[in-house]
Amino acid sequence: MKDMAVQSPLLEIKGLEKRFDLDQGFLETVKFKGGRITRETRSVHAVNNVTLDVNRGEALCVVGESGCGKSTVARLVAGLLTPSAGEIYYEGQRIDDLSRGEIQPLRKKIQMIFQNPYASLNPRMTILQALEEPVRHHNPKFSAAEVRDKVTEVMMSVGVDPTWIKRYPHEFSGGQRQRIAIARALTVDPEFIIADEPISALDVSIQAQVLNLMLEAKESRGLTYLFITHDLSVVEHFGTRVAVLYLGTVCEVADTATLFSNPKHPYTKALLSAVPQLKDDRPNHIRLKGEIPTPINLPQGCPFQSRCIFANDRCKSEKPRAIHQPDGSTVACHALEEGRLDADAPGL
Amino acid sequence: MSLLSVRDLTVKFAMRENTVTALNGISFDLAKGERLGIVGESGAGKSITGFALMNLLSRPGYIDHGEIMFEGEDVVSMNDKQLRNMRGNRMAMIFQDPMVTLNPVLTIGQQMIETLMAHRKLSREEARKIAIVKLREVYIPSPEERLDQYPHELSGGMRQRIIIAIALLLDPQLIIADEPTTALDVTIQADIMELLLELCQSNQVGLILITHDLGVVSQMTERTLVMYAGRIIEAGRTREIINDPQHPYTQGLINALPQQTLPGHRLKQIPGNMPSLTNIPQGCPFNPRCEYATDLCRTRIPEISHFGEVEVACHEVQRLQSNDARREAKA
Repeated sequence: MKDMAVQSPLLEIKGLEKRFDLDQGFLETVKFKGGRITRETRSVHAVNNVTLDVNRGEALCVVGESGCGKSTVARLVAGLLTPSAGEIYYEGQRIDDLSRGEIQPLRKKIQMIFQNPYASLNPRMTILQALEEPVRHHNPKFSAAEVRDKVTEVMMSVGVDPTWIKRYPHEFSGGQRQRIAIARALTVDPEFIIADEPISALDVSIQAQVLNLMLEAKESRGLTYLFITHDLSVVEHFGTRVAVLYLGTVCEVADTATLFSNPKHPYTKALLSAVPQLKDDRPNHIRLKGEIPTPINLPQGCPFQSRCIFANDRCKSEKPRAIHQPDGSTVACHALEEGRLDADAPGL
Repeated sequence: MSLLSVRDLTVKFAMRENTVTALNGISFDLAKGERLGIVGESGAGKSITGFALMNLLSRPGYIDHGEIMFEGEDVVSMNDKQLRNMRGNRMAMIFQDPMVTLNPVLTIGQQMIETLMAHRKLSREEARKIAIVKLREVYIPSPEERLDQYPHELSGGMRQRIIIAIALLLDPQLIIADEPTTALDVTIQADIMELLLELCQSNQVGLILITHDLGVVSQMTERTLVMYAGRIIEAGRTREIINDPQHPYTQGLINALPQQTLPGHRLKQIPGNMPSLTNIPQGCPFNPRCEYATDLCRTRIPEISHFGEVEVACHEVQRLQSNDARREAKA
């Protein structure tokens, strides 16, 4: 496996953008402004110029708060949404402009796990039916016995008793359902798993069970993960690399250990400090001013400027570029670039 | 005298076929101005405790027996008028989802002024002035304008601040906060928690914080109750419970957190699931998931025993402690 280190990334995302139009019909776009009738469309800028690589065998975590576009990135990569601009490459092949038929073979390689195991399993299908469906679909030549063997094998590997196969989803607890959802993704032997908040709906003790399962699957099957989450303690445990997203823009990308020991972007620092720690006696975080602006009217310049204590005129007019740092991380921040961050930094 | 004293509180739900016990004889005290955390996973009965304290349970749930003494009066035996007078006035509750708590068709001002005028003899003008002061206390910018806005015009964090302002409107002695920040982002959560702590401390208001997040409990509370399947299984000073948990479930809950394991290593998981209320195992409710369970645990429910400063409901706690001591001696 040594020679794998120099190969190109498994997944490349280049300049990805996604806008959702708010005004859908023609009449909604007609506005009366300054005595004249004009047409204008408003759109939500969910993902803005995101460039990321995912290397084979790693777990890239995308973190951010609600509305930062992390789930949209996951859905774009999975091909569930079409990008407004930008390109996505998988093993060097462009995948964002494929037709339904052309994308079929890729669906076997790329699978997705969703947040809510109550919504991602069809309540009218037994577990057997739910698990057999993808195997049959992607392996049309399999005999009934082969399909059943595959399903049994996968159920064993996620720790769900294969004798429960005739039951319906409502007969299982949330944790078990998420195991079944993971099993369903694993039945087609994928190489790449996109997991969108897979443990957020679960209790702490069950979260640990499901995370362990995902770590095991990573080891035993050599999986690569794109892991979307808002929970930084999970990132620290599970991720090999982290991308921090704010208002659809990547602020910082770094190895997990580097990010947690030496966060650089002011937003990353605030986010890390806000996680309640067991050792804390009282809330102990970097206070951000203001609130997250809406992604409808994005501010010019740095998206974080309205909440950043280091923001100056340049931040308000010019979008910061992602700049490589000596420790391997990539940070988009004018203040860091100009060395303004360490000078008089109250609270940091 | 303590502000709140709960004794043997038992809540049942009358289902079609049978009656299930959601809270099974819980007892605790809260001193004036004290902050208490109630932790546990879903189904442990923490929210039911919050509702029962306010006597807010509705059919099919009811308080079967037990006593809730609040400022010397028994909440369980209060009539509707007495309850109305107590709720919001002396004891207030903050719920998880601020969008559900606020009435979407009334402005913030209408909701605050209505509450004030229902409980106090105030003119509309006076009530409005108090509302503005309270909004300022929770750091709402330009409160005069906010009063005329509707909930949907505000962000989630702002709404939760307004809920806190409403809870504090009549200067209650006790606030029950049921997962007040679970629906919010971490940076907003941190702001809201800090605000809540500051207000409780400066006004000497008691706080019961119901949450699943041990980190939040650690930051916010002085004492903690850990609940499992409708019972209190461990109670004591927050710092001690977090640093040196005695009950195997509390230990498991803390050890299962990703922070407690080296990155990339297997997390220490608790096997199995929280039992459903219709099917609580015999003996200690935790015994099927417990690695120390003995025959005694499988047959008899453990009583709460005092163990130094903490109270623990576990048959094996003594043995566990001597194990710990042995391990420490070895190290």
